Amino acid sequence: MDILNTLVLLANFVIVPAVTYGSQLALGALGVTLIYGILRFSNFAHGDTMAFGTMVTVLVTWMLQSWGVSLGPVPTALLALPFGIAVTAGLVLWTDRVVYRFYRKQKAKPVILVIVSMGVMFVMNGLVRFIIGPDDQNFADGARFLIGAREFKEMTGLKEGLAIKASQGLTVLTAVIVVALLFWFLNHTRTGKSMRAYSDNEDLALLSGINPERVVAVTWIIVAALATVAGVLYGLDKSFKPFTYFQLLLPIFAAAIVGGLGSPLGAIAGGFVIAFSEVTITYAWKKAAAYLLPADMAPDGLLQLLAVDYKFAVSFVILVVVLLFKPTGLFKGKSV
Amino acid sequence: MKKFLLATAATALTAGAAMAASHGETVKMGIILGFTGPIESLTPAMADSAELALKEINAAGGILGGKMIEAVRADSTCVDAAGATAAAERLITSDGVAAIMGADCSGVTGAILTNVAVPNGIVMVSPSATSPGLSTVEDNGLFFRTAPSDARQGVVLSDMLNDKGIKEVAVTYTNNDYGKGLSDSFIAAYEAAGGKVTINAPHEDGKADYSAEVAALAAAGGEVLVVLGYTDQGGRGIIQGSLDTGAFETFMLGDGMYGDQLVADLGDAMEGSFGAVPWAEGEGTTAFATMAVDANINPEGAYTRESYDAAALIALAMAAGGEATSAAAAAKMLDVANAPGEKILPGQLGKALEILAAGGDIDYVGATNVELIGPGEAAGTYRDYIITGGAYETESIR
Repeated sequence: MDILNTLVLLANFVIVPAVTYGSQLALGALGVTLIYGILRFSNFAHGDTMAFGTMVTVLVTWMLQSWGVSLGPVPTALLALPFGIAVTAGLVLWTDRVVYRFYRKQKAKPVILVIVSMGVMFVMNGLVRFIIGPDDQNFADGARFLIGAREFKEMTGLKEGLAIKASQGLTVLTAVIVVALLFWFLNHTRTGKSMRAYSDNEDLALLSGINPERVVAVTWIIVAALATVAGVLYGLDKSFKPFTYFQLLLPIFAAAIVGGLGSPLGAIAGGFVIAFSEVTITYAWKKAAAYLLPADMAPDGLLQLLAVDYKFAVSFVILVVVLLFKPTGLFKGKSV
Repeated sequence: MKKFLLATAATALTAGAAMAASHGETVKMGIILGFTGPIESLTPAMADSAELALKEINAAGGILGGKMIEAVRADSTCVDAAGATAAAERLITSDGVAAIMGADCSGVTGAILTNVAVPNGIVMVSPSATSPGLSTVEDNGLFFRTAPSDARQGVVLSDMLNDKGIKEVAVTYTNNDYGKGLSDSFIAAYEAAGGKVTINAPHEDGKADYSAEVAALAAAGGEVLVVLGYTDQGGRGIIQGSLDTGAFETFMLGDGMYGDQLVADLGDAMEGSFGAVPWAEGEGTTAFATMAVDANINPEGAYTRESYDAAALIALAMAAGGEATSAAAAAKMLDVANAPGEKILPGQLGKALEILAAGGDIDYVGATNVELIGPGEAAGTYRDYIITGGAYETESIR
């Protein structure tokens, strides 16, 4: 019984939140890794691309809600998502045309492109704040829970409750579908194969007749879709505030680098590594230990490795350790 | 020689200005509140209330035989100590204010006090800084407040728990001067009364996700979660997260968590939660309410009563001290605020000035039953409430 209670306790406070957060990070890191693999620079504007996509989706969701459109238990935001993706794709294609293409033509070094992407980041940052403001925005609707903590306790008779929010279920489900689609696209379509070829060896790809501008455009569209989906899922699950999206940049980059920059599989693994590290290191294990250990050995302290305030430090430490000892990441990406 | 002349001229000019300030027909009072920043929605009404008191005094013929009081507003920003210090600096050096009503948030109030008010010998009366740290700060007797220190609120919260027979709680506070001060004073009072605090964890405001914070609080456990934060910030996020995961079901709320929106948003789940908020009742409160409504100020607004009292106290203390300076005001502040003497309600400031001019003694009651204790801070009354049927219900006043 105690073992069951411990499992439920950990599921409620560690596994469910970490899996959800990991999926959101994985989607974000996929976008970063694709840009790195194909366009060969670290895109610092990614967090704000997510914020922009989410903002468009939020605005369309509000419009749909005011018209009385609803999907019942499923959030209306899913209906608005395609619009968000389309507008964001338009924006990133436009930035590519007016900003990045110029530097690509000059064969600028990656570090210059990184600085350029920071400029783009600030512009997007301002754009989002200008349109929707810096405050919290709530756009979630539909059912709140797949299963509530109290219902679970009544159903199972356990002491611990397990709550799974609808947004958490939706996040994991959507992430699985999106990742499956992406891998199918990269491995089984002509465009996907040409993207991988371009990533592996640019000159060879050009010689074999691949149109570079087309590859770049398709990459940006996919990245816009990934960023918007990741942003909307994060916003539905937590809340939408432009500044937190900017802060997400750190764990997302940590995830992409841990997995190996340029490796899509690595990005997903990295997302979960970062999420689980953040959650388990800042979790207080006192209650779990109290269930498992005999009563007289139950700990007085919280058994918390790091105060919750230092959550971001976890990403930093992992980032530094990986860069020092395994710069290519877990899945043999490109070294940074 | 040229430089010397210039310096002499400059000194003469400033001296002249200072003379003009103390002997002219108007006395300037600085009103420094966070007109921009986190509490910008509260401060206009606070400043209006303070100016309402000054208007009343001017209408009664001013202080000390016809000196009118002129309010000069400045922005404390609530959060930026450097900005607040510069604004206060400007009030004193370029506007030449004789005293300061303010500041509002505890952090900037402390900064202005130590950096500007004490070095310049200017008296400050804050309507809303509640950090217990300000009770012990080195102030040369220049700092007063019409809001109670959170040390008092900590005791009130602790008493509430004891009355309900709750012996074990988890505490989370917003990570700033206010939250830290309140949580420290609460824990000291609660542990002295035999209660047990399982965890005392700070939370940052303005985050999207509080699940990690809630997980740590839940692991520590406790019958009730004490939330000492802000109603539209992290405090609310923590409550939402706790309800979602089933970590806690009952909450005790500090004064920053008092707001109708919280109950409206979280609904039934808040049923049975309780808390305390500074409160005022009685003749003075009613008198102020009538006056404020006539002047288009919402008398229920946070700290409007305290603001009126702060401005009125400064003016009355100057009148009692016989000159329009900070030194006089500081010396007489406790005399006018406390017994003995004729009780003075809002709207009777003219009468108070007459009594003082005739050499009598007053006991300023004001809108909040002002009673300055210790190093010159309000004793404070609190309303204990419990949330029933989606509304705040008063349990007791203490």
